[in-house]
Amino acid sequence: MKHLALGTALSFLAGATAAQELNLYTTREPGLVEPLLAAFTASSGIEVNTIFLKEGLPERVEAEGDRSPADVMMTVDIGNLVDLVDRGLTQPVESEVLEAAIPESMRDADGQWFALSLRARALYAAKDLELTEFHYEDLADPEWKGRVCIRSGQHPYNIALTAAYIAHYDEAEAEAWLTGVHDNLARKAGGGDRDVARDIMGGLCDIGIANSYYVGQMLSGNGGPDQLEWVNAIRLVFPTFENGGTQINVSGAAVAKHAPNRDEAVALLEYLVSPEAQKIYAEANFEHPVNATAAVSPLIVQFGDLVPDTISLTEVARNRKAASELAEKVGFDN
Amino acid sequence: MTRAWLGGAAAVALLVCLPVVSLLAIAAQGSAGLWSHLAANVLPAALRDTLILLAGVGVLVAVVGTGTAWLVTAHDFAGRRLFEWALLLPLAVPTYISAYAWLDILHPVGAVQGWVRAVLGYSSPREFRLPDVRSMTGCVLLLGLVLYPYVYLTARAMFVTQAAGLIEAARTLGERRVFRRVALPLARPAVAVGVSLALMEALNDIGASEFLGVRTMTVSVYSTWIGRADLPGAAQISLAMLALVVALVMLERWARRNQRYAVGQRPRPIGRSALRGWRAGLAMLACAVPVLLGFAAPATYLMVEAWKRVAFAGISPTLWTEALNTVLLASAATVMVLICGTVAAYAARLHGRGGLLARATTLGYAVPGTVLAIGLLPLVAALDRGLIAAGLPAVLLLGGSGAVLLAYMVRFMAIATGGVESGFARIPPSLDHASRSLGQGPSGTFLRVHLPLSRPALVALALLVFVDCAKELPATLLLRPLNVETLATHLYGEAARGTYEEAAIAALVIVAIGMAPVILLARQPRPRYPGTP
Repeated sequence: MKHLALGTALSFLAGATAAQELNLYTTREPGLVEPLLAAFTASSGIEVNTIFLKEGLPERVEAEGDRSPADVMMTVDIGNLVDLVDRGLTQPVESEVLEAAIPESMRDADGQWFALSLRARALYAAKDLELTEFHYEDLADPEWKGRVCIRSGQHPYNIALTAAYIAHYDEAEAEAWLTGVHDNLARKAGGGDRDVARDIMGGLCDIGIANSYYVGQMLSGNGGPDQLEWVNAIRLVFPTFENGGTQINVSGAAVAKHAPNRDEAVALLEYLVSPEAQKIYAEANFEHPVNATAAVSPLIVQFGDLVPDTISLTEVARNRKAASELAEKVGFDN
Repeated sequence: MTRAWLGGAAAVALLVCLPVVSLLAIAAQGSAGLWSHLAANVLPAALRDTLILLAGVGVLVAVVGTGTAWLVTAHDFAGRRLFEWALLLPLAVPTYISAYAWLDILHPVGAVQGWVRAVLGYSSPREFRLPDVRSMTGCVLLLGLVLYPYVYLTARAMFVTQAAGLIEAARTLGERRVFRRVALPLARPAVAVGVSLALMEALNDIGASEFLGVRTMTVSVYSTWIGRADLPGAAQISLAMLALVVALVMLERWARRNQRYAVGQRPRPIGRSALRGWRAGLAMLACAVPVLLGFAAPATYLMVEAWKRVAFAGISPTLWTEALNTVLLASAATVMVLICGTVAAYAARLHGRGGLLARATTLGYAVPGTVLAIGLLPLVAALDRGLIAAGLPAVLLLGGSGAVLLAYMVRFMAIATGGVESGFARIPPSLDHASRSLGQGPSGTFLRVHLPLSRPALVALALLVFVDCAKELPATLLLRPLNVETLATHLYGEAARGTYEEAAIAALVIVAIGMAPVILLARQPRPRYPGTP
């Protein structure tokens, strides 16, 4: 067989592995995960092998089945976490450390997934508007006609926001809202979250929706001087639903059903919610820590306190399909 | 022996079709209510956008590719020798990189528009801004400028090796419309191959389209799969698109079913007619614009960004390992793709049934990379599990890079099969017959006639496939083993945080790796035939 002959030739391209180790499959960006893993290896002696993916993490683990090397699956967005559980790719974990560190609403009741960090779907507003309060509902207000910038309505972050809107009201109202937001757009929905800041600086729009941590990333100067200029043009506002709080999403992880290194996997999760690792989340990526004892980055905290919405994350995940279809129905990205 | 060639072609066709069959199985799981939702809300816009995109890109690559190929082979003007290879350079720039670069260059807040506003006396982009790059026009131009070399390459090969006698005869007869009446009809199969490659690239492109906000069917595949966790639905849309592509390709072949393109005489270059004055200027301009817009502008942008980045953050120490991985994977895949493509193309020449098999080997190119990888996943995982059960090392997905190589093969086989076939088409059947009547079997004839005669075509194809493999992102991302990164995955990793500028260095190395073979490709000697002085 041709494939067998390839075996020897290919083994050099299969990365080396260490004695005490675990395998991490993640859709999170290497730039964020690598410092966390380095700190974990330094404190535990466990080496971490990684695959960084975009789409298809559950499909891959599913195909690999009981031979899957995956120990930990780490991803963003509640929908993706729930999806892993629904496909039967996770296993329950009981850990006092995890349960003590993570609020109940931020983890699965059976320990199938755990949130590791929080991010708010926030408002970037031109500084001269001096906005300090905002309701998501206002995005559809004709007052903002031609003044709103946002990324694709099909992006998971926006789908989660629409899904939360459906949870607060219903599909019909969410549709009306989404249509209103679309009518207010200053430019076609698209680009990334940072582009909102850039476009506000350029005067293309006055307000826009984007994740909270990008403000910290841009303010830190890590993205270079241009981004510092963009972010200095805006103010970060934590909008709320009229009858709730700020829409938050999570990044999180689950232990794989067939994890060959289960103990190490749990050790990694426990490490990631420790104050030490949560500090890295806050300081390197400017996300809100899930562990309340860890501090939010000063770059973010200066914009005020985050009051998370009361709608449960699992309900948001359930409305995901409807939200995605609504975005297509109203032609949000057209 | 013919049977052995057909058997080989069947094995290659099977390999390419397996992931498609696996997609069929996924699609068959059903997706309740998908198509009524699609029909009401998605299809009208997505089909329209897809068709406009394909039509636009098709016309652009055909005109630019054929036109420039004709200019540099049939005419002489200042800079012609430079353009001959420089026209290939855009091939080295992945579409997703080009999209980002252009968006940034022409951003309403960027330097170019700032300058335009300053000149015109406006102070804010709200008062005046150029039309948004994030549009259908932007997407057509961008994809067309990166993809036209597929046509340039195939059309030029045709003009160089075949057209001389006929074209010169036409010239002596005073035919003023040589290009339209003689050269263009002759180049049609080559142009068709080039255009269909470009169109398939455009169709399954997700990076640039999504970035530029064009809602093609491929974007719907992703929103169905990712946004709604409906993989069967996504597979159904992909397969419907695949059927459309197959129909189009068959239609084109059917339209020229009775035409033959082989030329018996020894090929030699066309005697070039020298252009002077404004005609020469126009020719230079026509060749310079695609190179400047398709390559020079994005590459310069990347160099500036990479320079800023190196000064700011230094070079990532893993970059060299990643470059090595990229080259190793792309080289291995290129060898395999070329062997398989040649087998399929030769089987098609030997036997009518081989033609069908050869068509089947090109299916993979029309499927978006990630979707193809998803189709491959169950197959490679099952093979690996079999290997483990047999006490052997798993080399495809669970412990090696075999799955990535397979994905490259499935995806880029179309380039090899189509290219080798059009190379063979130039060899008159009388040579086959002569060889056979002198006692050579099909394999002997292949080794002594077809292989030497199509060597230039094979070299060109090898480089084309290599560049495509080195650029490939989605399948590499999904199928590579633990701890293995390539330049493309590194680039993705940096870009994932929305900071493409941090990825400029990796992008530049990809472009550089792509450039080396592109330059080689253009520098390769003219085809030499046995007995030619």
